[in-house]
Amino acid sequence: MAEIQLTENNWEEEVLNSDIPVLVDFWAPWCGPCRMVAPIVSEIAEEYAGKLKVGKLNTDEESGIAVRYGIMSIPTLMIFKNGEVADQIVGAVPKEYFVQKLEQIL
Amino acid sequence: MHDVVIIGGGPAGLAAGIYAARGGLKTLLCEGKILGGQIVLSFEVENYPGFPQGISGMELIENFTKQAEKFGVETSYEGVTCINDERECKSVTLTNGSCIKTKTIIIAAGASANKLGCPGEKKFTGKGVSYCATCDGAFFRNKTVAVVGGGDSAIEEALYLTNLVKKVYIIHRRDQLRAIKILQDRAMQNDKIEFIFNHTVKEIQGDKFVNGLMLENTKTKELTRLSVDGVFIYVGTTPNTEFVKDLIKLDEEGYIITDEKMETNVEGIFAAGDIRSTPLRQVITAASDGAIAASSAQKYIEAKF
Repeated sequence: MAEIQLTENNWEEEVLNSDIPVLVDFWAPWCGPCRMVAPIVSEIAEEYAGKLKVGKLNTDEESGIAVRYGIMSIPTLMIFKNGEVADQIVGAVPKEYFVQKLEQIL
Repeated sequence: MHDVVIIGGGPAGLAAGIYAARGGLKTLLCEGKILGGQIVLSFEVENYPGFPQGISGMELIENFTKQAEKFGVETSYEGVTCINDERECKSVTLTNGSCIKTKTIIIAAGASANKLGCPGEKKFTGKGVSYCATCDGAFFRNKTVAVVGGGDSAIEEALYLTNLVKKVYIIHRRDQLRAIKILQDRAMQNDKIEFIFNHTVKEIQGDKFVNGLMLENTKTKELTRLSVDGVFIYVGTTPNTEFVKDLIKLDEEGYIITDEKMETNVEGIFAAGDIRSTPLRQVITAASDGAIAASSAQKYIEAKF
């Protein structure tokens, strides 16, 4: 499943009201590690299709959401379950670390 | 069996990949974290030849990566947990448990940024503590921040931050900087930068986000509090040699010792880039190491197989 582009307009529907957990990748175009972590996030989106929704939030364009969730460092990946932040990962980390965190929550 | 497994996807590993794959070797590159290594954190690389206007670390690495892919380097996002040497048959074990057989290995796993190791650092990571000014500077627009460190990276990033923030304190434990003169001069002339020499950070303080640092004067041991909204940490690096230390000879600081062919104490195992015992650690030297290591690996294969 492809990643969803998240904005203020679809945040509530896609993240807060989602039936399945959502991994949100807070990123920006000028952030090198964000660009480099993107292929890993894409792999996860494919491997967990149906069990996990994966969304991308550009902190430049959607600064309101970034501020609401206290984002001060990117990449930050937040896992939402039933509309709440269940866990978060700050910085670029190895893939197996993502998988560990996800396995605990899914 | 692979001809060469390259461990690490920074400039050294990618350059090795370009040379190995272009030379016709069956090449696998394993990068357990993110492709690009430390240089993707750099806003601008000013001294890599061929880019007179400078180039961002990320753009440079995207070019390296494209070039490696063009020649058919296979990439895996699995890390390497150990390497084994059984003469003509070497192997690397990946984090997913699989074992890859290979004729040669190039270790280009680089170095990792050191942490300060003081209270508050871990708690506030992502909440005001950062290791990447390029990534996170924009969240501190018109705020006051501190940069800890006195090397090239610390000063470069402090200078970058002055484009965004109200004020930058540079906190350094010594009475002078280690950074090269051109950077020192720029920093000294910048009105937004204030130096605090002979001080170390004892604690990073805050409630939800960072709001200050407790500093200790290295001479008088006097403690003072500095109000800041964020702190960027650039206090050197440590080589990622833990996983090879039983097999590969290291220098006293933990860097891999090689000869001029980039060969380690084990035949057919080479090292390149920041992980190597070398007087200069730059993108250009890493790329150069990678090219030599790949060429040496090819010669080794031609002689042995």
